[in-house]
Amino acid sequence: MTIQFNTETFRDDYSFRNSDWAIKRFPFPFHEDSYMYSVNMEQHRGGPAGSVYEKRFDVDEHYVSEMADRAIVLAEDPLRCQSLPHMTLAGWDTLELIMVSKSEDYPDLFELHRDGDRWRWINKPMGIDHTFTFLDETTLPCGPLEYITRQAQGDYAVLDQRGDMLYMDAGMVTTQADWSLDFDIGMDFFEWHAPVPLAHEMGIFKRALKFLLNIQQGAPARRLNWTMTVNPLLDTSPENYHKWGVQKTTLTPENIGAKQHLRVELQTFYRLPRSNALLFPIRCYLIAFQDLVTVPKWGRRLHRVVRDLPEELATYKGFIANRPLMLDYLSRYDDGLPTSPGIWPDLETEPPLQT
Amino acid sequence: MSAAPQKAKAGAEKIEVTVSAVVPLNPLVTRFEFTRRDGQPFPPFSAGAHTVVEMRDGARTRLNPYSLMSDPGDSSIYAISVRRDDQGRGGSLFLHNQVKVGDPMTITYPVNLFPLDLRGRKHVFLAGGIGITPFLAMIAHLERMGGAWELHYSCRSKELGTYVDELTYKHPNKVHVYFDDQDQAIGLEDLLDGQPLGTHVYVCGPKGMIDWVHATAAAHGWPDENVHSEEFLAPQPGKPFEVRLCKSDITIQVGEHESLLEAMERCGVDAPFLCRGGACGQCETDVVSSDGDFVHRDHWLDDDEHASGKKIMPCVSRFVGKSLVLDR
Ligand code: HEM
Ligand code: FES
Repeated sequence: MTIQFNTETFRDDYSFRNSDWAIKRFPFPFHEDSYMYSVNMEQHRGGPAGSVYEKRFDVDEHYVSEMADRAIVLAEDPLRCQSLPHMTLAGWDTLELIMVSKSEDYPDLFELHRDGDRWRWINKPMGIDHTFTFLDETTLPCGPLEYITRQAQGDYAVLDQRGDMLYMDAGMVTTQADWSLDFDIGMDFFEWHAPVPLAHEMGIFKRALKFLLNIQQGAPARRLNWTMTVNPLLDTSPENYHKWGVQKTTLTPENIGAKQHLRVELQTFYRLPRSNALLFPIRCYLIAFQDLVTVPKWGRRLHRVVRDLPEELATYKGFIANRPLMLDYLSRYDDGLPTSPGIWPDLETEPPLQT
Repeated sequence: MSAAPQKAKAGAEKIEVTVSAVVPLNPLVTRFEFTRRDGQPFPPFSAGAHTVVEMRDGARTRLNPYSLMSDPGDSSIYAISVRRDDQGRGGSLFLHNQVKVGDPMTITYPVNLFPLDLRGRKHVFLAGGIGITPFLAMIAHLERMGGAWELHYSCRSKELGTYVDELTYKHPNKVHVYFDDQDQAIGLEDLLDGQPLGTHVYVCGPKGMIDWVHATAAAHGWPDENVHSEEFLAPQPGKPFEVRLCKSDITIQVGEHESLLEAMERCGVDAPFLCRGGACGQCETDVVSSDGDFVHRDHWLDDDEHASGKKIMPCVSRFVGKSLVLDR
């Protein structure tokens, strides 16, 4: 299908909207009526047609507007994209992986023509047609990582692997859930995860690291993570907390359905071939509560998950103060009926909301 | 979540190849070159990576890891160089004696357990015998990227000096060769002392050489993280033993000349692995109960884990005793 790209904003007037198509394919992160941290990893080898899992790098209706938002963030704060000197090769790996994947998966939108090291890249939605020399930085307007991730939705952390440890030595981070590349740059896997509650004690990070160290070329993996965001903000960074933190206090029973968004990250993991680094794309999807509850199963389940979530997690995810307000709203969409297992909307088989 | 439940297959992704060249280099070492059967370019690989070669030897399937020694910048071929091991378990003999140009084979995607530290300002390579192979790819990589390196290569004799002529011809100032039969030896202490800050040392060769380099570097104040080594252990034969696999609900016999991992595979158990040499950790298996002694041979588990009797690496380790029950 051809994608109709939205013209929308993720700041100021917040004109971001999900179409019906985007609502139905939203990556709902709860496969059951409760949630706890786990090593929830699976292979990233496609998924049902039309789902966000189908392609290696999902492109949707928000693509062009998300890239415009990234450009604004970078203009204000160039440190959102960093790459330590030894990570340039991993940047080229990233560029190659994304260009090859997008041109194969979306031939009507992207083209890559390779003649030895001379590459021509055509990005139709963004109006780019550029010929450059692979592995020669002087033929790009900026470093390879920045070049390609200005044209790819989601944040990117690039991890160097040394002596059974991963180090956050490069990245492009403008759509993050309250963490900072500038703060985390150079840290190891346990250091940058230090603020997360409970998971360390549960042994989750030790097992997750072992899994990541063994991710091999040609066999990428994925997992979902989630949090809550008031207003459809992509840039919820610590650097700009003074701008978005206060917006959390603007929720009312009247506006919560439109303003409160579930924020889901589709995280994927790729071993990069030339550098042996690990690429960690973090793709952010937002959905307003009022859109989410149009899927009866999701409305029922989200109420139960938010209600029963351990306090530590609600605090860490930053919505403990608004939880009562959320529950008031969500309880109207929970009639107590059982829900089907799995993450899919099951619109045909799940009963409508009973009133 | 599970968007598309798939069971992960053991081992790395596979590539179907044809043997495109068999090049004897000296009485012991032969190079095997592969092209892809589907005509696609090979995936790029990072220097130091290995591939696992699948060999159908009669009723037996052998899976042996070999370093990729071709130029990582050349995606038209992959090449390995294999030393014939007359005392070994037969993988190298199979390649030397049975494999011919035109044969179809299956190899895995590259897996790198011996990467270059890309922060290194300079890379010093120490090779012993067939341990030269990963360094050939590393040298090609650094030559392309303009990195500083030198090679110290010790071989038994001129006749058995695999790639010596080619290396000294191409890089006369960076390659230093030492022949055992001429009583030449790497002057390791002086070599280590003379290196600029930010140098990384890599060693690949016999176990004695690896231990010697680690010990000498440590004694000369080198940080551990600047000294890298790769040693593929071949599984050693041992007394046959019996194992109960409780998840699979079967009891299997491990023969004298097969590893525990191979015995599981022979019995249809899809056990995880990558390196098959005790280095990657992928095959780690929990012990449910045991009555006897473990013969641990891996580099993965630490001493405490070895002593605990709670874990085993089936690709290289064995068991002697009355009973062993594994969580597999
Ligand atoms: C190398 C890949 C990864 C990177 C770069 C990464 C990075 C991060 C960062 C920056 C945070 C925010 C920490 C903060 O509050 O400052 C985070 C949170 C977290 N990470 Fe990771 N992570 C990675 C892989 C994983 C994996 C494989 C797991 C598997 C369990 C995991 C589990 C978590 C959890 C549970 C949180 C807390 C999230 C929440 O409750 O919202 N991470 N990660
Ligand atoms: S397969 Fe790598 S340690 Fe056993």
